[in-house]
Amino acid sequence: MRYVVPVALLLGLLVLLALGLRQDPSLVPSPLIGKPAPEFTLPMLEDAEQTLTPAALTGRPVLVNFFASWCAGCQVEHPLLMRLAGEGVEIVGLDYKDEPQAARRWLQRHGNPYRIVAQDRDGLAGLDWGVYGVPETYVLDADGTIVYKQVGPLTERAWEQHIRPLLGRTS
Amino acid sequence: MIAMLAAAVVLFSPLVWSMTPHAEALTAAQEARYRTLIHELRCLVCQNQTIADSNADLATDLREQVHQRIAAGQSDDQIRRYVTDRYGDFVLYKPPMSARTVLLWVGPFVLLLGALLFAVRFVRRRQTLPVAATADPDRLRRLLDEER
Repeated sequence: MRYVVPVALLLGLLVLLALGLRQDPSLVPSPLIGKPAPEFTLPMLEDAEQTLTPAALTGRPVLVNFFASWCAGCQVEHPLLMRLAGEGVEIVGLDYKDEPQAARRWLQRHGNPYRIVAQDRDGLAGLDWGVYGVPETYVLDADGTIVYKQVGPLTERAWEQHIRPLLGRTS
Repeated sequence: MIAMLAAAVVLFSPLVWSMTPHAEALTAAQEARYRTLIHELRCLVCQNQTIADSNADLATDLREQVHQRIAAGQSDDQIRRYVTDRYGDFVLYKPPMSARTVLLWVGPFVLLLGALLFAVRFVRRRQTLPVAATADPDRLRRLLDEER
């Protein structure tokens, strides 16, 4: 009887520790969820004379994918992006801290899943979006509001569990 | 020679590495604010370092932003808000009190209070334990006499 309280405390602590172990500390929740996409004006990859602004991202749900030719995780998620693009999901690519030349070559080699690609050469737009490591993918609803953020490569699981339901609801 | 040595010491000190070459020079007071701020902000790439300590690209960019914003006359609070608007309270090594962080702020005091209460109860209980009857010298002597 006298051990009930200490054992209960210990069990509670173990449960808390176990829960803590299952969380990934490298995932930082974005304060941008539920907010409109940050302002930016970025040159297009194919034609730097033309620019992309968030206004072009409204009217239908869009995935905004920060990628770079130097980024290993981007190659991991690339086949999934290609498949989604093939299924009619609109993906906009923001080429983060990259050489346009290198990015073009990368897209030629691996295929281009993006409807639009713009360059964020100095990473300042990335800073405004709260990017801290490519690849990162933001889900925008038709109003241009950020409804989900995926840090690291997009996975089948994230798509099925989180993103697809969101797109289904907002489209 | 001494000047060269001094230059070498300055050049190779980690403090210099943590500074980025900036466009605008800051006044001494602004420089002090810059130092304080970059030591308060967490780098998201190597999460246990401040942006002052980290060599990650993102830390460099954030230091540059802090520098520019100080030069542009923004207040410390404005700069903190600039960073938390993008990366959340997580970047602050000293997070503000909110519903989410209340346990963090109050938790240690609750634990301390609990420990104190436990200690008081423990000590009280020991004091009220029945004290062993004091030895009766006559009886002791009788027992000893019996042995002989």
